[in-house]
Amino acid sequence: MKNNILEMRNITKEFPGVKALDEVNFQVERGEIHCLVGENGAGKSTLMKVLGGVYGHGHYSGDIVFNDEIQKFSRINDSEKKGISIIYQELALIPEMSVYENIFLGHEITKNGIINWHETRIEAVKMLKKVKLDVHPNTKVIDLGVGKQQLVEIAKALSKEVQLLILDEPTAALNEDDSENLLELLLELKKLGVTCIMISHKLKEVIHVADTVTVLRDGKTICSLSREKGQIDEQVIIKHMVGREIEDIFPKRESKKIGDILLETKALTAFDKKLGRNVINNIDFNIREGEIVGIAGLMGAGRTEFAHSIFGNFKNYNLSGEVYIKGQKIKLKSPRHAILNGLAYVSEDRKGNGLILDQDIKQNITLSNLKAISDSLVINKREEIKISESYRDSLNIKTPSIEQKVKNLSGGNQQKVAIAKWLFVEPNILILDEPTRGIDVGAKFEIYTIMNALVEKGLSVVMISSELPEVLGMSDRIYVMAEGKMVGELKAEEASQEKVMEMATI
Amino acid sequence: MSEITKKIGKLIPDAFKENLRDYGMYIALGVIIIIFNYLTEGLFLTPRVISDLMDMTGYIAVLAVGMTLIIVIRHIDLSVGFIAGFLGAVAAILSSKVGLPLYIIIPAVMALGSIIGLWNGFLVAKMGVPAFVVTLAGMLLFRGALIRITNSETIFTGSEVFNAIGNGYIPDLFKVEGLHVLTLILGAFGILLYIFNEFKNRSKQKAYGLHVSSMSMFISKLAFVSVIVMYFVYKLASFKGFSYTMLIVLLVVMIYHFITKNTTLGRHIYAVGGNPEASELSGISVNKITYIVFGSMSMLAALSGILFTARLQSATPTAGTLFELDAIAAAFVGGVSATGGVGKVTGSIIGALVMASLTKGMDLMNVGVSYQYIIRGMVLIAAVVFDVKTRNMRSKSI
Repeated sequence: MKNNILEMRNITKEFPGVKALDEVNFQVERGEIHCLVGENGAGKSTLMKVLGGVYGHGHYSGDIVFNDEIQKFSRINDSEKKGISIIYQELALIPEMSVYENIFLGHEITKNGIINWHETRIEAVKMLKKVKLDVHPNTKVIDLGVGKQQLVEIAKALSKEVQLLILDEPTAALNEDDSENLLELLLELKKLGVTCIMISHKLKEVIHVADTVTVLRDGKTICSLSREKGQIDEQVIIKHMVGREIEDIFPKRESKKIGDILLETKALTAFDKKLGRNVINNIDFNIREGEIVGIAGLMGAGRTEFAHSIFGNFKNYNLSGEVYIKGQKIKLKSPRHAILNGLAYVSEDRKGNGLILDQDIKQNITLSNLKAISDSLVINKREEIKISESYRDSLNIKTPSIEQKVKNLSGGNQQKVAIAKWLFVEPNILILDEPTRGIDVGAKFEIYTIMNALVEKGLSVVMISSELPEVLGMSDRIYVMAEGKMVGELKAEEASQEKVMEMATI
Repeated sequence: MSEITKKIGKLIPDAFKENLRDYGMYIALGVIIIIFNYLTEGLFLTPRVISDLMDMTGYIAVLAVGMTLIIVIRHIDLSVGFIAGFLGAVAAILSSKVGLPLYIIIPAVMALGSIIGLWNGFLVAKMGVPAFVVTLAGMLLFRGALIRITNSETIFTGSEVFNAIGNGYIPDLFKVEGLHVLTLILGAFGILLYIFNEFKNRSKQKAYGLHVSSMSMFISKLAFVSVIVMYFVYKLASFKGFSYTMLIVLLVVMIYHFITKNTTLGRHIYAVGGNPEASELSGISVNKITYIVFGSMSMLAALSGILFTARLQSATPTAGTLFELDAIAAAFVGGVSATGGVGKVTGSIIGALVMASLTKGMDLMNVGVSYQYIIRGMVLIAAVVFDVKTRNMRSKSI
């Protein structure tokens, strides 16, 4: 008999019209690291929300057995009291508060209702030691990087005497170093007896840390793979996730026709007035017609800042250096100006600054180029529908209607809407910033296919990505950035993951 | 969900449920009218009361239209009450002391209003001062300016034509005893236009394979709306017909409705409200939109001030007090979302009518002022709770 800390039996959760979870069974052994994987919309997050009490007892059917007792959580607090802590993708820290205040937020150390700050600080230091975070507890959270903030969250969970720690895509926003740190920490915590459930898209990490991997697909448990039995293998996991084998992750291009230089920057430097330093420094860069250029580098290397700088969105920067389009020197003053000059930028943060979530698909697609479907400022709605339908077909956006609000789409489909929006401005240069972040394997393949189709038509694509395999797999040429500088340029043939990493981590 | 709500849910057709938020305010207005009509033994739905109700909503309705867009782009404007009061006084002075004709006063004062609005927009967009603070300061500023310019005295407009836009009715072309024929003709024309438009839209949507309600549903909806509108038009016609105020409000609503629904400017405003960062990256200047929306707000405040002055036939040193809060309440009751990006101009007008109906109805019933405030406060909360709840219901259901 296994010693299970958690057993979820026959969990079914329905939303009107959708069965998000269908008789899911899920067992976690005490003291293990258990990874939960599956494509977007497979039900991972819903399952964890049921466990955490976000969807309280009565809103699902089935039983949650935690520490051999059937639990009926009706609120998040109930599950936390029993020792279950969930750390979501969106961190729940208060930026303007200090580290120690955050750690004990919601369960302050008090005496007669008055906070004992002295004790709090001492305890906070202990917790920080446990997570190996070397910062002063008085530091404001806003001054920490994402990686360190993540550790503060874990410290917070530990301070609640967590037995079962749940992490929802903890490394999605972290760079390689921070990710590795975090994974090492999880292994450490395992030694201290903390059981951990990790949801992740990054299979390499899963394979690195998992004792058991459970795969969900379409709201059902597909299988549980165990390390002891030697079942954990990337190909096997992918096969179970997608229900088919993906032979070729990166589609091949039919023909390569690379033309003249389309855009070039010389010594482009951006000084961030708020941070008081150069976010990008002396950047020389060029891209040719029909070329896919990858920009690799770690989080915070200045890749997104570079994209914003060439896209004319630099309100907080002082910009110097030169930009040439088709050999003509040009000063781009605003995104509008950049768009008019043939640039398009698909943001890395589709929800934050890419899409208008409350509006429908067609309104999002046409937003950047309403002029094209307007007759003296009045929108031609027939034309709008026609255009949107054509993108829905050509990009295979899965939706019952183009009048669907964008917030109701899955990540992959949202990304396709974002791409459609920028294709509609008919750019010459498409900048894709983390185009496949947080989307599933199938949708990734479709996005790669779209990229190939575009460059075959003569467009140029700049792809900024933290996922090295895709940079290597898709690009004709690769730039590597580190600390705001271009530190290397490689041809696709001579690039390898090791080489790129070496450059990126000076 | 409990069993009962499930059962109720089954009784309501899906198409209706989808639009619950849109129809909710109309239903609430209908219910309020019916209740008051019952409680006042039919007094509420007499031609005189209906006519008066619409006229007294006018100057708030105009503000509510502008406020809708302000809230849509995630700001607030507290200054509009006293801007209306101040500009109303300016209009009264231009009329009585300078002797300018109305057709010059209206555009001049509205232009002045736009300039004030652009100044507010400048402080919000360029200087980065929160709109709450900018307009709170504006409120103080224009309150002072109003007292200064009126010298703490009442200023009469001294012009019949001026007063007519607040109190007058359109002339009738036909002399029929007890019935305003031109009003009936205008009403009928409006309904025909509405039906024609709806049919055109429907066939357009159908041609593109978009979801349309069944023909019988569609016809009954048209019939229902037409009957209701004709009923009120008839009531008005059997009093004194359309007033100038009603036509002005109607014109403002139609223009703003068209702008928000059909133009690039309207689309840009809602985009900025929905996600300012994404809009900026889409090549929309958030600053420009902020200027335009604040400019239009104060321009409408000028119009509101003129209507109010005309209604009282004079400018007073306290004119405009709390108008801004009535306008904000109307917008929220009408379904505008405080988180930005969502809300219709027409909804805010209905919101304004709901609030005015409450006041009128309770006045007719001789309910004390203290209870009137309490009840209006509760209705405001109820409306927003309804709004928030139905929104959540919707996002969960898909």
